[in-house]
Amino acid sequence: MNNLLIIFHRELRSYFATPLAYIFIVIFLITNGVFTFDLGGFYLRGQADLLPFFSFHPWLYLFMVPAIAMTLWADERKTGTIELLLTLPIKLSEAVFGKFLAAWALMGLALMLTFPIWITVNYLGDPDNGIIFAAYVGSWFMAGGFLAIGSCMSACTKNSVIAFILTVSICFTFVIMGSPILLNTFPEWIPQFVVDAFSALGFLPHFDSISRGVLDIRDFLYFTIFIAAWLLATAVVIEIKKGN
Amino acid sequence: MIKIKNLTKKFDQFVAINDLNFDVAEGEVLGFLGPNGAGKSTTMKVITGFLSPTAGTVEIDGHDILKNPIRAKSSIGYLPEGAPCYGDMSVSEFLSFIAKIRGFRNEEVYKRVQSVLNAVALHSVHQQSIDTLSKGFKRRVGLAQAIMHDPKVLILDEPTDGLDPNQKHQVRELIKNLAKDKIVIISTHILEEVSAVCSRAIIIDSGEIVADGTPTELESRSKYHHAVSVRFTENYNPRADLSELFGIGEIVEDENEIFTILSDTKEPIFNQISEVARSKNWPVAEFHVNRGQLEDVFRLVTSQSREGDR
Repeated sequence: MNNLLIIFHRELRSYFATPLAYIFIVIFLITNGVFTFDLGGFYLRGQADLLPFFSFHPWLYLFMVPAIAMTLWADERKTGTIELLLTLPIKLSEAVFGKFLAAWALMGLALMLTFPIWITVNYLGDPDNGIIFAAYVGSWFMAGGFLAIGSCMSACTKNSVIAFILTVSICFTFVIMGSPILLNTFPEWIPQFVVDAFSALGFLPHFDSISRGVLDIRDFLYFTIFIAAWLLATAVVIEIKKGN
Repeated sequence: MIKIKNLTKKFDQFVAINDLNFDVAEGEVLGFLGPNGAGKSTTMKVITGFLSPTAGTVEIDGHDILKNPIRAKSSIGYLPEGAPCYGDMSVSEFLSFIAKIRGFRNEEVYKRVQSVLNAVALHSVHQQSIDTLSKGFKRRVGLAQAIMHDPKVLILDEPTDGLDPNQKHQVRELIKNLAKDKIVIISTHILEEVSAVCSRAIIIDSGEIVADGTPTELESRSKYHHAVSVRFTENYNPRADLSELFGIGEIVEDENEIFTILSDTKEPIFNQISEVARSKNWPVAEFHVNRGQLEDVFRLVTSQSREGDR
């Protein structure tokens, strides 16, 4: 547990040692603003909620999160520090989880810094802050899902650009899994339960219900298991590929 | 105590190390030699637990590296090849991180970092980020991190590679000072280093041990062992004078007109030759006995096994 915190701390510090974290946060906030106010029609809707804000998050994360995740393991392998890290008296799980948590914490911080929009909506109307809070947590969990995929892809290659492209592709698949665009392409002879099961694997159904304020433990469970599975895959990939 | 038994590591079809067996005891400084690609680094990666062996066992201070990796790794300080460090951190930040992972807490962290900074003379740059340091300094940061917890076992993969002669000297002095009651394993392809710091040398080639002994023992395998070199003040050919002597082998003359007289029997021939020199009144400018050259032995044993492969 202690080693995990030490690694977490080191990773987080190294984000802020370079301009990376600052640039990430600034871009994240600007894009969020553009999406919410211009594309989302925040004012035009005339409703005191943050639905336009949250509904763009999957698409925003699609490019922002892989940018953070791509260096997680690829850089360690490229610079050889992975050899240093994994010969220290720590467990592989502590390294995988510590690094993931640091990146997740950075995402959490970026999300929290969008608080002016929450103040704005509270100033303009009388929104249900419980729903907003749940949506924030849900959004953060979804970001965790994107990150876990990114962690695994980053472990697959020494090249962080390749890791980025792989992560974006896989995340995109999970984003559109539940959407009609993809479901309509299924031939009719496929039984409905297969289609349902398939679409239930995607991010959107789970995130949509959370962001509407439907707090179902199963949706959180989905993201938790999703993260755990991809982190496990990360550990397996590192174990296999570290020698190359 | 390190015990290595039947250690084998394969990458797909390629056999990187093949059935290595050796023990290293406290107080030994083991030089690990071999041509590039002989399996030096792979062996070190397996010993430190970074790679798992295909077969065989590694025991560090009584702990098996596979069954009890955390305990075994706690006894090891390791400098990987090229001394990788987190470049975006400052030297003291990085060393504090290592100290914490090594189990030091609170003021102990600061104390340990200060003491290793002293040991490798890094105080002047401790606030600089590692990326901005010169190669020599980076190497020392890597060494500092390896000795952080005063480990029983120190494994250094090419610790002086790419350093200038002064820095090499410093690193060697450091290793010598550390070596008391520790096990040190250094891999290198600089042979002078072995004579300078090691109490034992293992030469491996194609993943197998081809020589194992003290540097002096290995040197005595050289054909130059006990050979006598003579330089004359004027043009003089000693061959005729020596033709009668027993135990004299080949006589080699190099471009500086130094004659090297090899011993045929591996026995000292200095006395006989100096008698001849006195009786024949050689115009001697320089006269010395060779210990044998490690380089020679290195080439001998590593090329032999190559030929055996074919």
